[in-house]
Amino acid sequence: MKIGTTVNGAARQDEIEDRLLLVHYLRDRCGLTATNVGCDTTSCGACTVLLDGESVKSCTVLAAQVDGREVTTVEGLSADGADPHPVQAAFRQEHGLQCGFCTPGMVMASVSLLRDNPKPTEQEVREGLEGNFCRCTGYHNIVRAVLAAADGVSS
Amino acid sequence: MSVMGTRVVRVEDPRLLSTGGVYTEDLRDPRLTGALHLGFVRSPLAHARVVSVDAAEALAAPGVVAVLTAADLGLPAAPPMMPNFNPAMTLPALAGDVVRYAGEPVVAVLCEDAYQVEDAVGLVDVEYEPLPFVVDMRAAARDEVLLFPEAGTNTVCTFGAEELDEGLFEGCEVVVTREIENQRVAVASMEGRAGAAVPDDDGRLTLWLSTQAAAMSQGAVAGWLGLGPEQVRVITPDVGGGFGAKIGADPEHVVLAAAARHVGRPVRWTETRSENLVAMCQGRAQVNTVTIGGTRDGKVLAYRLDVLQDAGAYPRFGAFLPALTTMMAAAVYTFPKIETRARSVVTNTTTIGAYRGAGRPEATHAIERGLDLFAAEIGMDPAEVRRRNLIPRFTEPHATSTGGFYDTGDYPEALDRALWASGYDDLRAEQARRRERGDEVQMGIGLCVYVEITGAPLGPEASEVAEIQVHADGTATVLTGTSPHGQGHATAWAMLAHEETGIPIEKITVEHGDTDRIPDGTGTFGSRSLQQGGVAVQQASIELVELARQRAAQLLEADPSDIVLDKDRAALQVKGSPTSAVTFAQLAEKEPLGVKTKFVAPGPTFPFGAHVAVVDVDTRTGKARLRRLIAVDDAGTVLNPLLCEGQRHGGFAQGAAQALMEEVRWDADGNPETSTFASYPFLSATEVPSFELVEMATPTTYNSLGAKGIGEAGTIGSTPAVHNAVVDAVAHLGVRHIDMPTTPQRVWTAIQEAAR
Amino acid sequence: MIPAPFRYLRADSAAHAVDLLGEHGDEAKLLAGGQSLLPVLKLRLADPAVLIDISRVPDLSYIRVDGDEVAIGAATRHRDVVESEELRREVPLLPHVAGYVGDRQIRHRGTLGGSLVHADPAADLPCAVLALGATFVVEGPSGQRRVDAGEFFQGYFQTAVGADEILVEVRVPRTGGAGWAYEKFVRRSNDWAIVAVAAVDGRVALANMGETPLRATATERALAGGASPAEAAASAAEGTSPIEDMHADRAYRAHLARVLTERALVTAAG
Repeated sequence: MKIGTTVNGAARQDEIEDRLLLVHYLRDRCGLTATNVGCDTTSCGACTVLLDGESVKSCTVLAAQVDGREVTTVEGLSADGADPHPVQAAFRQEHGLQCGFCTPGMVMASVSLLRDNPKPTEQEVREGLEGNFCRCTGYHNIVRAVLAAADGVSS
Repeated sequence: MSVMGTRVVRVEDPRLLSTGGVYTEDLRDPRLTGALHLGFVRSPLAHARVVSVDAAEALAAPGVVAVLTAADLGLPAAPPMMPNFNPAMTLPALAGDVVRYAGEPVVAVLCEDAYQVEDAVGLVDVEYEPLPFVVDMRAAARDEVLLFPEAGTNTVCTFGAEELDEGLFEGCEVVVTREIENQRVAVASMEGRAGAAVPDDDGRLTLWLSTQAAAMSQGAVAGWLGLGPEQVRVITPDVGGGFGAKIGADPEHVVLAAAARHVGRPVRWTETRSENLVAMCQGRAQVNTVTIGGTRDGKVLAYRLDVLQDAGAYPRFGAFLPALTTMMAAAVYTFPKIETRARSVVTNTTTIGAYRGAGRPEATHAIERGLDLFAAEIGMDPAEVRRRNLIPRFTEPHATSTGGFYDTGDYPEALDRALWASGYDDLRAEQARRRERGDEVQMGIGLCVYVEITGAPLGPEASEVAEIQVHADGTATVLTGTSPHGQGHATAWAMLAHEETGIPIEKITVEHGDTDRIPDGTGTFGSRSLQQGGVAVQQASIELVELARQRAAQLLEADPSDIVLDKDRAALQVKGSPTSAVTFAQLAEKEPLGVKTKFVAPGPTFPFGAHVAVVDVDTRTGKARLRRLIAVDDAGTVLNPLLCEGQRHGGFAQGAAQALMEEVRWDADGNPETSTFASYPFLSATEVPSFELVEMATPTTYNSLGAKGIGEAGTIGSTPAVHNAVVDAVAHLGVRHIDMPTTPQRVWTAIQEAAR
Repeated sequence: MIPAPFRYLRADSAAHAVDLLGEHGDEAKLLAGGQSLLPVLKLRLADPAVLIDISRVPDLSYIRVDGDEVAIGAATRHRDVVESEELRREVPLLPHVAGYVGDRQIRHRGTLGGSLVHADPAADLPCAVLALGATFVVEGPSGQRRVDAGEFFQGYFQTAVGADEILVEVRVPRTGGAGWAYEKFVRRSNDWAIVAVAAVDGRVALANMGETPLRATATERALAGGASPAEAAASAAEGTSPIEDMHADRAYRAHLARVLTERALVTAAG
């Protein structure tokens, strides 16, 4: 089937297999490989991207379902390689990533969380990221990074 | 100004945070254009005879290029990896006549397109004849169901005492004994296993692997294929976590390589999470029988540790873990008599390998849980019992009766700092108040004092290589034998090279993990990287400065002893004459400027620490929640606190997760019950608090940095501390022990049974 | 993992969806947010030949007060339920419970109707709508019919919605200021309930205590007779037949049902 999407600001048309998952559309058709697949059960959130500005797990959305809609991946977060987004900057500053595999999804989930709740408490950050797994950081510095980004965003 | 000991943010991160890492599945290397996709038909049964394989329907499906069995690929079974393993217990690349665990690869399927693979795998018809199976290691030890009948036993190997000393506990006023399970957990790196293979025109094979140690994978794959190591080039892309399970060669890696050679085309493979949770090596899996004897005033006189190790279906590193567990049995204590014995057995389960700590967490857990049982028996505070038995501070190596040779340590200080930082007395007072009131939610306080071994060599020597090259444009390349997958070596090694040369950190690139570029590297495991690989980089940098000094002396017509390093300019100058100088870049312009070196450590180092965990337990439901974790982790001198703390945080969470929730399980029919992230209780951010870190740094004398390893310490300390805290929370109700994971039902059941 | 091949069709109205169902029969499955269905397809526990996407049908996504009830379109997303001012005012239990479904990403896609028709006995929303005594509006080839909550959940992953029908609306009674509470017992915050209890206005429903969400009728009777929360909760597990799994055996689940019911009733009594 044919779909038209806007991915990281660029409009495109693609002929796709009906069963194609959004994450594979992004990785294999759009060449955006930052978004990773970490599980089979919508549990880990490594594949999180923004769909019309809201976080979704791209392994559990069909590419067919984003026809006519807008997708943002971590590659599109900071426009044209300009300054990093405050969440990206905070993850670096607070050492909120180690192996980096969960990171694109974690960052996108955090961006979505802060859009809805610009001044979260630590508990709200933890609950807001319950759908994103990380094996390296114990979440400690991820939580600090999101709180730091919130401070930066609002100041 | 020195960068040593400062919080330099990672140079790796801008890339990982913007375009993302390039993990194996992300590779778009032109050599992989048109690569086939590999998938595996896996055994659905724990133990069965393979009667037949019918590939006809699969071969007729769209995109299917080949369906290959063990016979098609002609791959031999791998011999046991340790000389003391039962020689009959060999590891096939693809199952032949018998499958020995649910998830074992049986048939390889190659397709043009990744989406076609899963369709085709489902079309291969394998007929199985079920065999009796055994998934419990205690049952396996009875040898009633044998995995390798030709071996005549399920025992892979034994360690330690052949005969137990019946008089070991003579003279003890109190003896406690308990079987304590250290349950099997999944490694669950966020990136599972993956690889890509290209058969080159010259007969060589290029293999991209998600690995922690390229050269070891190279040796293992080449050996399995019957090739010389130089016939295989292993390249390590970004790796999404390893935790010990990405070392050497798995059967799937060898099938990937063999399949590419068989069809003469590039092949790539990425496992799914459902495959990862049944077929990647898993960790721990011991039952430890602990016996402690001593006096009523808290002095331990004798300790026996009897280890039963589940090796899984095929003996690999897991069967060897008891060697480390028994070696570390002496722990941080002055016990006069220690006896250890261990036995590894095969079971119809996923193979056990190394997992963050690998054998040492089990030793620490056994004694730390055991000491709490002893403390409860004599009615003494667990902190006091530990104090009365700790090895005092030492600065000369301390040899233990179990084979440990501790370099430096101050265990009493570590415990004191942890207790002080936790407000231990206040915590006990709060606990007493809650108990007195009979609150529904009770609190528990758990301790752990640990020592572990890091940088232990797998070969004859503890060493690592490093090379530094300076380029004419002023940049430098560091080639390291270590293999970072989250640890931040690109930053840390650049800091070390900068510190010695003055070349700016942002101009230093660190390369790793390519066996053509770094043929004699070792890798990253066992918390070895900084203390060996980092020290090698420092040593190479010092040697580079020395080489540059010689060349600068010639060029500037001065005596080498008059040449000094100006770090601000990354230049060599004649002492007292700043205008008479030459930069590293200028020297490199004239002739290649680089050195290659190897650092050989005198031996492994022994980091140590103390953890205090505070949990709340809802006594009506049995649910435990970790409230605080206070940790002293002394790994000697810290190069970059940001990185060091990150290692500790991750370790705490993994360790706490084992105490509270994680466990790999099989049902009564031998089916895996935890083969997805929906069923395997991987910890999320909501189940842990922010951690409280206490600093302590006792340098080692074994290397110029004074650094020990920090990669695994957090896990080793936190599991017993959290476990002890859960039991402590309900101790006043009569509970003495609850096995891990301390699930709500187990805690609730323990409370009910104690009340009877 | 990826699903087996299927044809993707998009419905532009409920009637269109019913037509497509009629055309493709048992081969077809309705797709709304896909947060339950797509994992099932990826694990290849089902392989429908046709998916009919109803997530974009505009007249299936709404929340409006209608007499004594609030009417909610079946394709209304969890997020919209959570944030609905009308629901927070008129039926506060429902948006509260919707906030427990999955995680944020799942709530951005998943729908109320999808969760109810999936009918996982361990899920949050089936338990909540049963406690609320919701009415379900189902549309088929011969028009619309209404199903009471008591008849809607028919078994493990089974509802009263026929293969040729579509759930179009859920009608929940306005409970206004009546006391309510939701107690969910999990090991990880985004897991399915080991046991959960929803209580509102003297009605109590249990999740994961049988093949469907169940009313704790003995408890409700005791409450009506003036029993205290603790007394009423003592009979919460009566008549239930919970599964045994790695999280809990039968006796422990029954115990949890009693404890959680008592806590819910205490909270609801405010």
